[in-house]
Amino acid sequence: MAERNAVVELNDISITFPGVKALDSVGFRLFPGEVHSLMGENGAGKSTLIKVLTGVYSPDTGVITVDGERVAFSGPAESQAAGISTVYQEVNLLANLTVAENIMLGREPHRFGVVDWRATRKRAAELLSDLHLDIDPSSLLGDHSLAVQQLVAIARATNVQAKVLILDEPTSSLDADEVAELFRVIRSLKESGVAILFVSHFLDQVYEISDRITVLRNGKLIGEYLTGDLLRIDLVQKMIGKELAVLDDIQSRVQEEQSGATADVPFVSAIGLGRKGAIEPVDLDVYEGEVVGIAGLLGSGRTELARILSGVDRPDSGEIQVEGRGRRFRTPRAALSSRIAYSSENRRAEGIVAELSVRDNLALALQADRGWFRRIPRKRLDELTQSYIETLQIRPANPDILVGNLSGGNQQKVLLARWLAIAPRLLILDEPTRGIDVGAKAEIQKLVANLAENGMSVVFISAELEEVLRLSNRVAIMRDRRMVADLPNRDLTVDDILGVIAEGAGGDESDAPTAERIPS
Amino acid sequence: MSRVLTNRLFWPVVVLLALFAVNLVAFPGFFAIEVKNGHLFGSLVDIVRNGAPTLIIAIGMTLVIATRGIDLSVGAICAIAGAISCSIILGSPDPGNVGTVVVAVITALLVALVLGLWNGFLVAVIGVQPIIATLVLMTAGRGIAMLITEGQILTVNSAPFKTLGSGFLFGIPVAVWIAAAIFALAALLTRRTALGLFIESVGINPEASRQAGLRSRGLLFSVYTFSAVCAAIAGLVLTSNQTAADANNTGLFIELDAILAVVIGGTSLAGGRYSSSAPWWARSSSRRS
Amino acid sequence: MLTSPKHGPVVVTLVLLLAIFAIGGLRYRGFLGGQVFLNLFVDNAYLIVLAVGMTFVILTGGIDLSVGAVVALSTMIAASMLQAGWSPGVVIPLILIATSVLGLLVGLMIHVFKVQPFIATLAAMFLARGLCYIISNNSISITDPFFTAFAYTRIPLGGRLSITPSVVVAVLVVIAAVVVLQYTRFGRTVYALGGGEQSGMLMGLAVARTKVLVYIISGFCSGLAGILFTFYTLSGYPLTAIGTELDAIAAVVIGGTLLTGGYGFVLGSVLGVLVLGVIQTIITFEGTLSSWWTRIFIGALLLVFIVLQKLLTARRR
Ligand SMILES: Nc1ncnc2c1ncn2[C@@H]1O[C@H](COP(=O)(O)OP(=O)(O)OP(=O)(O)O)[C@@H](O)[C@H]1O
Ligand SMILES: [Mg+2]
Repeated sequence: MAERNAVVELNDISITFPGVKALDSVGFRLFPGEVHSLMGENGAGKSTLIKVLTGVYSPDTGVITVDGERVAFSGPAESQAAGISTVYQEVNLLANLTVAENIMLGREPHRFGVVDWRATRKRAAELLSDLHLDIDPSSLLGDHSLAVQQLVAIARATNVQAKVLILDEPTSSLDADEVAELFRVIRSLKESGVAILFVSHFLDQVYEISDRITVLRNGKLIGEYLTGDLLRIDLVQKMIGKELAVLDDIQSRVQEEQSGATADVPFVSAIGLGRKGAIEPVDLDVYEGEVVGIAGLLGSGRTELARILSGVDRPDSGEIQVEGRGRRFRTPRAALSSRIAYSSENRRAEGIVAELSVRDNLALALQADRGWFRRIPRKRLDELTQSYIETLQIRPANPDILVGNLSGGNQQKVLLARWLAIAPRLLILDEPTRGIDVGAKAEIQKLVANLAENGMSVVFISAELEEVLRLSNRVAIMRDRRMVADLPNRDLTVDDILGVIAEGAGGDESDAPTAERIPS
Repeated sequence: MSRVLTNRLFWPVVVLLALFAVNLVAFPGFFAIEVKNGHLFGSLVDIVRNGAPTLIIAIGMTLVIATRGIDLSVGAICAIAGAISCSIILGSPDPGNVGTVVVAVITALLVALVLGLWNGFLVAVIGVQPIIATLVLMTAGRGIAMLITEGQILTVNSAPFKTLGSGFLFGIPVAVWIAAAIFALAALLTRRTALGLFIESVGINPEASRQAGLRSRGLLFSVYTFSAVCAAIAGLVLTSNQTAADANNTGLFIELDAILAVVIGGTSLAGGRYSSSAPWWARSSSRRS
Repeated sequence: MLTSPKHGPVVVTLVLLLAIFAIGGLRYRGFLGGQVFLNLFVDNAYLIVLAVGMTFVILTGGIDLSVGAVVALSTMIAASMLQAGWSPGVVIPLILIATSVLGLLVGLMIHVFKVQPFIATLAAMFLARGLCYIISNNSISITDPFFTAFAYTRIPLGGRLSITPSVVVAVLVVIAAVVVLQYTRFGRTVYALGGGEQSGMLMGLAVARTKVLVYIISGFCSGLAGILFTFYTLSGYPLTAIGTELDAIAAVVIGGTLLTGGYGFVLGSVLGVLVLGVIQTIITFEGTLSSWWTRIFIGALLLVFIVLQKLLTARRR
């Protein structure tokens, strides 16, 4: 394999941000017709390496060659022109424009000197259907869920005849089905000789799709390996630099604690809770100390349910009861005062406050709870910050750094820490481990299990069904904006859940097949 | 050194020093400060005193801008405050009475409070874009001021009132004391309590702040009210300095000066990060004399 | 439709505008005459052009405070050069070039030196006013035959209705702007910038060029508006058009464009200008208002308008 010429080669790349050496003399190469995974912990430098390659950052030292020629891109526009198509880590599209425009902007077909909108929409629709994504190309991008936006970004990247396709955590909010679609597309591009750089924290995906793996740690190159030669356990060991503590103990405990619900009154119950256009009326009980997983495909209404439970959106039917008493949450603040917290799946738009420090972001909800006058004493705040930085392994471990400058996974950890810090009685976690590396993910799962043991209730939403099963006492399954099943987690398997989702029947539903609805 | 260079106040300070240097060369007497009758006199003292109203408004504006807003109505509020105080003083039998002046000042401040709540209402409750919300009061406000003065320029002759704008305390102009007090208050509120954090947070990411349980409505009400009260105080200082309320011209274009001072001082108009000490430095460079 | 952030405000603005017309028609005799309507365009042709330029800038999330001063500068350049005997064929292109270059400088200041648009354009505003005073402290009247002819020409529209050539110019500018914004890559990039500059950059769009270009367009439009304004007033005066930038911004925002950028339409801005114009017309029809009641009345109408607009487009949580 190595006889062929690399289409992209990076040599001796170093780049320093204030206070962090993000890349330290790193080399990387990418061959035509291969999928090459870039692996490493949160903050290892993966996204930075990609941005150096596409010209977003210019490296302090090092050489980049494309097709054997030395290049120095001054920005993404130039790297695109050179045939490098990129999906960046966070969805970097324009919420104010239509899906079609987001896919086509910058290369719309023209007719008589002006943009040919009809052809633009048509081409966009084709690209969407390649990914089996059934949405209206003229809808606004901002009206779609994060997962759909991620797919749109992928559609945009596959639009051009690129020789290099870079995908930085493209699957972080996708379900198994969409991942399968994406992999199908990746494989066919690979067949046609495109070089693909793939980043993901899901080891299964990495092993399924990639031919070669490069591992980074703390900005340094650890090595380049053929996928077949590298055992998973070795890969993890290379990424985190030590053995990974095993997760089995969580699993077993959840199984033992099956009873979970001890009190007779649920801590929170939703009774016929619904909202037009978001979810059909839903019943759900969450008992103290119970972890309720919510499973369902993209657009099934899992996020919508979480938003209504937590006062982010208002219901238009039904009721929420807290310890048996009816409550009306008009704002998140109201829900928070009943000690119900919600961690949004969309950390960039609704979670972090990018231009504030880690410390301030962490303190935000706690301080809001105390009111503006009683400021958290500085000493206590520092202790708090320090303890979360340690528990969640936030890197760099500097409370003064702006959250916007952290790597994606580390931003997610700060967001989690914000909610854990207020010690809620019900914590609704929407994709809490999105973009988080294997080590930290285990750490977070352990933390959630611990907190539940100590009486905190958790609603856990994740596209990763294994994770849902590992943590939950019960699993509620949603499909087509309704809840179709609510099953105790006794020997439940991923296939069981997928089966229920596919059938769309949980017993209480009429068996008439519901028409496939397009999420709008 | 790099810490100094990246400080948000670095460039403003450089510009200010450069301006001083230019002035020193152009007008050699620029830095001369003398003591006459126990008061400080000199160009620098004038700059500081004439800049006081702008500075006072800029302090309020800093907070408004930090929430991603803007307050265009401050000039009009200056005029209204001046008009109210002067018409009360003129309407009283004894304009020189301290009690009268206190009533006049307090009334003006209360009215400003209401006007600030009004701006806050439009922005926070109705959800109008701040520039338009405050444009309403900017347009109508001068009309209201003229209504109060019935289109006249109200000249007052009241020693206690005059002190506000032209008096001295311990050799330093009263206006400067007032500005310093407001600055101290603002600094105290934003740095010693969590208000500063909340304002920054709402300015940078309103939705994230809402989900974190911040009461952004209340915050917006507070900053617009604070800004209006600052404007009224500035208006009183200006009116007192001119010993007349001129509904057409008191505080004309002062909103631009103040906004400029705030922005030069390093606060981004896109909301969020701010520096409350910035207007101090920016003030003198923004004076259009 | 009403609650979509895209079209809602524009539709509501149109409906409210029609409502004002209906109320005015009930209240004042002669208000509904066709010429009253056409005069909205005649009197505000320059403002329409300004608002078009401003729309480009605001759509990118910027702002241009210099437009009023640039209008004044154009009137001064026109008046003084014509007085010195230059031909309009030279003067008009020269003004358009000069104001576009000013826009270019502002754009470079904003893009290259990362000066905030507010500051950069405020500086341009002071510069333009200053240049006005360098040209002259006083009003200069214009007697050039082309300018006077242009000023007095009326284009009949049948019946007893007529418009001025300035209206035609303004309409052409609007059409051009609509086409550019809706049907060219540059236009769509303008929206993209307002949606997120960082994202636009990562998508490989021509961020820098677009950002500078919108200020050039705004400069050009200000110059053109200044020329239309001289047709209207037949003089140059350094203090003219003070505060016009706020009218232009208000028109754009009333027309449904978000100041944070990304959402809005040129036609909305035209409606915004008409709203401001109708308010003025109502004031004239009211006739007897003292100057302070006029201001209060304008403020009140503006208020009623924006509150209704907001309530009608409110999105539920
Ligand atoms: N613009 C920036 N300014 C300052 N520091 C930065 C910036 N971008 C990245 N960093 C730092 O560089 C390091 C590498 O970040 P990078 O985003 O490349 O990590 P990553 O490997 O992609 O992690 P993740 O898996 O969480 O996405 C981190 O320590 C991060 O804090
Ligand atoms: Mg990354």
